[in-house]
Amino acid sequence: MSIVKLNNRGIKDVTALGSITGLGNLTFIKKLTASSSGTLSFVDGASSVVLDNTYKEYLFTFNNIHPASNSSLGFKASINGGSAYGIATTTSAVMAEQGEGSDDSFLGYRTSQDHAEDTGLIKIGESYGTDNDQSGSGFMHLFNPSSTTFVKNFIAQNHSCHPSDYTDHAFVGGYINTTSAVNAIQFAMTTGNIDAGDICLYGIK
Amino acid sequence: MALVKYNNNSISAVTSAAAMTSGDMTLIKSVTASSDSTINFVHGTSDVVLDSTYPIYIFKFINIHPETDSTEFSVGFRDGSTAYDATKSTNAFVAVHDEADSEAALNNRSSNEGLSQNTGFQNLNLNMGNGNDESLSGEMFLFNPSSTTFVKHFMSTTQYYQDGNASLNYRVGGYCNVTAAIDAVQFKMNSGDIDAGTIKLYGIKDS
Repeated sequence: MSIVKLNNRGIKDVTALGSITGLGNLTFIKKLTASSSGTLSFVDGASSVVLDNTYKEYLFTFNNIHPASNSSLGFKASINGGSAYGIATTTSAVMAEQGEGSDDSFLGYRTSQDHAEDTGLIKIGESYGTDNDQSGSGFMHLFNPSSTTFVKNFIAQNHSCHPSDYTDHAFVGGYINTTSAVNAIQFAMTTGNIDAGDICLYGIK
Repeated sequence: MALVKYNNNSISAVTSAAAMTSGDMTLIKSVTASSDSTINFVHGTSDVVLDSTYPIYIFKFINIHPETDSTEFSVGFRDGSTAYDATKSTNAFVAVHDEADSEAALNNRSSNEGLSQNTGFQNLNLNMGNGNDESLSGEMFLFNPSSTTFVKHFMSTTQYYQDGNASLNYRVGGYCNVTAAIDAVQFKMNSGDIDAGTIKLYGIKDS
């Protein structure tokens, strides 16, 4: 067989090579930007969202979530493509806090932020303030949402500006207690709209 | 048309392909310490990107080894001047377990290593050891540093070998309480040089 030599010029129009790996294992899927939004929803199969067995792990990132009212960020899950949200979920919540005036130092379990088989909004951050420069940022890992065998574990870490001007570092873990596939996630504040901010969804290979 | 077959030998010299993506977590810069007093990531310098190109940046710390025993690895942020003195408010806690199995605890460190409207550097750990096999590894998220509207949140997790022969998992959360853009980040030891180790900067795409 004759040898054909390739150079950059010859391969410049290539857009895919089937067996190449190592091009990065974090894949951007969807970005939703809040604008006085009551909810932000990621529904598998809608608006280019993928939330199925394509990935075993999904990552949501929250960037400068700014509430209309002093409130917490939370989510609800759906097993029917977003027709209804609210699957029983159990969580634990640990908070670390420190005030801008060296006050309000706290580390511990926060019973006001956890949930026990709750079908309402599941809190994943502490209180977010509404001052113009206040917001919350962080991330949430959702593992294997398409499983029909296991509950759906998730781990969230968010940092926010409390309305009373202290730093709030929230560590929340839990599971969506269903063996049905979860195929949609909806985010909202516990009170009022998401005034501004971005939520992005990624798949992790 | 005749079928042309390629093999790995023929394709091994290719160094770029126009339209192939590189994944959505992009390595921006890797810096390896060699008895350095500071390691800086300055937007626009030495190929560093730290602006609105990415909404989230991640620093990875790999085997950070201090020259001096019982010191801290710390971070400062630049918000418009040449100094790394952005005002910060933070919280901190640590999980500790020593090799002798005599201490196992979760400790609130906010009153000690936490900052309250302070321009000083933020400790990302406490009392790390400098033995030959001792080091620190971890990561720090920095959210939307180019925002001129919001404070700049950051969250770090470090795991390291403490000078008292213990495993410490140290968490810091906080924000640069400024609305000016953060355009550079500096890491240093509170005492002595960063003897060795690597710090990598990644950007996470949102489109």
